[in-house]
Amino acid sequence: MTDSPAPPTDPVVDIRGITVDFPGVRALSGVDFQLFPGEVHALMGENGAGKSTLIKALTGVHRPTAGEIRLHGERVEFTAPVQAQNAGISTVYQEVNLCPNLSVAENILLGREPRRLGAIDTRACRARAARLLERIGLSIDPGSGLDSHPIAVQQLVAIARALAVDARVLVLDEPTSSLDTDEVAELFRIVRQLRDEGVAILFVSHFLEQVYEIADRMTVLRNGALVGEYLPSRTDRLELVSVMLGRELGVLEEVERRSEDRAPGTEPVLTAHGLGRSGSIAPFDLEIHAGEVVGLAGLLGSGRTEMARLLFGADRADTGTLSVGGRTVRPRGPRSMIARGVALCSEDRKAEGLIADLTVRDNLILALQAARGWMRPVSRRAADALVAEYIDKLDIRPADPGAVMSTLSGGNQQKVLLARWLVTQPDLLILDEPTRGIDVGAKAQIQKVVADLAADGMAVLFISAELEEVVRVSDRVVVLRDRHKTAELTGDAISVDDVMGAIAAHDGQGTAVAS
Amino acid sequence: MTRHPLFWPVAALVGLIVLNAVVNPSFLEVRIQNGALYGGVVDILRNGAPTLLIAVGMTLVIATRGIDLSVGAVAAIAGAIACSWIAAGGDAPTAMLLALAVCVLLGLWNGFLVSVVGIQPIIATLVLMTAGRGGAMLVTEGQIITVDDPVYRQIGAGFVVLPIAILISLGVLLAVAALTRGTALGMLVESVGTNPRASRLAGVRSRRIVWTVYVFAGLCAGVAGLMISSNVNAADANNAGLWIEMDAILAVVIGGTSLAGGRYSLTGTLVGALVIQTLTTTVYSIGVPPDAILVFKAVVVIAVCLLQSPRTSELFRPRRRAEPADTRAQEVAAP
Ligand SMILES: Nc1ncnc2c1ncn2[C@@H]1O[C@H](COP(=O)(O)OP(=O)(O)OP(=O)(O)O)[C@@H](O)[C@H]1O
Ligand SMILES: [Mg+2]
Repeated sequence: MTDSPAPPTDPVVDIRGITVDFPGVRALSGVDFQLFPGEVHALMGENGAGKSTLIKALTGVHRPTAGEIRLHGERVEFTAPVQAQNAGISTVYQEVNLCPNLSVAENILLGREPRRLGAIDTRACRARAARLLERIGLSIDPGSGLDSHPIAVQQLVAIARALAVDARVLVLDEPTSSLDTDEVAELFRIVRQLRDEGVAILFVSHFLEQVYEIADRMTVLRNGALVGEYLPSRTDRLELVSVMLGRELGVLEEVERRSEDRAPGTEPVLTAHGLGRSGSIAPFDLEIHAGEVVGLAGLLGSGRTEMARLLFGADRADTGTLSVGGRTVRPRGPRSMIARGVALCSEDRKAEGLIADLTVRDNLILALQAARGWMRPVSRRAADALVAEYIDKLDIRPADPGAVMSTLSGGNQQKVLLARWLVTQPDLLILDEPTRGIDVGAKAQIQKVVADLAADGMAVLFISAELEEVVRVSDRVVVLRDRHKTAELTGDAISVDDVMGAIAAHDGQGTAVAS
Repeated sequence: MTRHPLFWPVAALVGLIVLNAVVNPSFLEVRIQNGALYGGVVDILRNGAPTLLIAVGMTLVIATRGIDLSVGAVAAIAGAIACSWIAAGGDAPTAMLLALAVCVLLGLWNGFLVSVVGIQPIIATLVLMTAGRGGAMLVTEGQIITVDDPVYRQIGAGFVVLPIAILISLGVLLAVAALTRGTALGMLVESVGTNPRASRLAGVRSRRIVWTVYVFAGLCAGVAGLMISSNVNAADANNAGLWIEMDAILAVVIGGTSLAGGRYSLTGTLVGALVIQTLTTTVYSIGVPPDAILVFKAVVVIAVCLLQSPRTSELFRPRRRAEPADTRAQEVAAP
């Protein structure tokens, strides 16, 4: 299968026959993997294929049961990630693992702060952090608290942290999952620069476009086993996807866009009038009808998530009115909006989604159970039936309701969180980056689920940094820029270019109508 | 088997009991007298009842990521109020109800500070931990109040085959287990403790849940305080329930509930409380010098916690060394 000639140098990282076992699961079995200096090597595979596990085995988070890892030809057995870091492997893990209550600068330089007379030199610290942030094109205050920033910024901060050391190996596990085109471009510029300096880069992403743009070689894993190595120049996308999935793709056919049989109701499910919150989003008007998918597009920091949070009552509006089902409401927190049939699936799955220590079953029924109240528990049987239904519908793996949430792969956790809201059968479903970290096959699956729900009369507000996706699923696209709603695109032929144009447009106000 | 979270705590318990039996051969004997059981083991149960009861309340508090340092002080207040009332000529049932009502109020106060005001639990309950004993002193006017009331005596020293105190504690433990595991309450508590932000966004009434567990902890502390004072027929504002918050927290931790909140185990707490109480008894029975008692306890507790931690159990896990290159790897590696 392998069709990629290895570069003529010695590999920096040479992994042989590595096997990683978890109680009851073999996550990796006998995988070989080589990473050469001056290459970008993409690690590909479905959700749960074992990509993150391979990375964590390399960096000493997981201990392999068999196999060996060589770094610069020397056999290594890291028992803690910090050892890998000291040995020159800098890693951005899939789940941002920074300290939310520390400042951005502290997070970037944690453990290697510049010191003066033994004490941390805060001024120098901020200055260095500012330079590193500037390098990746991020202009935020290094002294601001990390948790005051959205997940995309946190992801960039994690990358800046990884770049703060002179590493010979840079590992990036889905670094772009919540980034927009511009940030991705900026990141790739740095990645290329490092590659040219001879750094070996391991890159994981479910975006084929990005992989084809940046990768020199690709290794595909499936169900914890090595499938083979491929060159982007010799393997086309369809072929790669079928290798990843292990079957031909029929599922991947594009979701029928704005199906004609969908007839948005006339009565709005939700109406916002001059709704706004200072420092978060400027007052905006919005109507969402039953059976309609409204896309929300904009750049990083344009206020997409902020708008969603206002509509869901997660943040309190300080101006304007909101009505749901024709009745004016004053949201007093998410609970009151959930009771009125509104649901929000957050983009930040680690901080705002998963209950890591509980089972898939408990995670999946959490919102439903919370709405019923503690005295009316969802019976085990009913819960298992629901869980089974969604494990099947969204292809959640492992298909075990009793699995602890933290042991699921990132993409599978995302599916469970999506299911958490689907089972509550809301009237309005707000999805903030619902396909974040989801593999190609499952992404189409989820888009189809969204389309079906809308066809059944659910209103959906769909947020995604991936404009293709927004355009594909939406009947209407609302555009945000600098925390203002600047345009609303309607019509049958909204294209990505239309949306990009509207995002870039400087005149701002007004409604543009495509076609 | 060492994987089971309760393996080491149970092993420690068995070890301590064996140690006691060796030092004092009559330790395991149980006598029947007037239809009630007596003996070393029964004493442990009776003396451990207040700790167990407080630990049950503490388990839920810790599961929500909190901690309640004020339980010892609240126990002292309960005893002080009940004894003062009885000493002033009041009847025992009213005295106990009054004391418990005050404890519920104190629990409401703690819960308010934590869930509404948003003060860190350790600080919020520290307020009452320090002020509470002062309050108890005010109630007793700085005296040790002794009482002699046959009804009041029952709760701490009475027997119905087994000591009434341990029956109450076990009853509460079972009731809490049934209530939290039979309904969705346990799951919601664990959810709030594991990820409060995500829970709120999922519509869980986190504030109410957190508030409630502090009230419950206060109530448990109150009943425990009545047991303690009833057992000695006196209210001692200074010493009643001293350090009991530490014993309760240790019992919870030994039982495998993490101080970081989330999943909790009431069975674990039961085992933990028994370990702590048996340890206390052992310390006296093997004649550890009084100065060294706390150190000795600390060593045992640390040992149990270390053995339980996942990192240490990693060390015990047999590690298969990898064959340098198995055949498969070589096949693939061959060009
Ligand atoms: N700590 C753990 N305990 C048990 N099973 C685990 C653990 N970590 C991972 N697994 C299992 O190992 C398999 C591989 O997971 P991994 O996170 O490596 O997938 P991935 O390829 O990174 O997927 P994704 O694209 O969704 O991030 C999954 O089936 C997962 O459930
Ligand atoms: Mg992963």
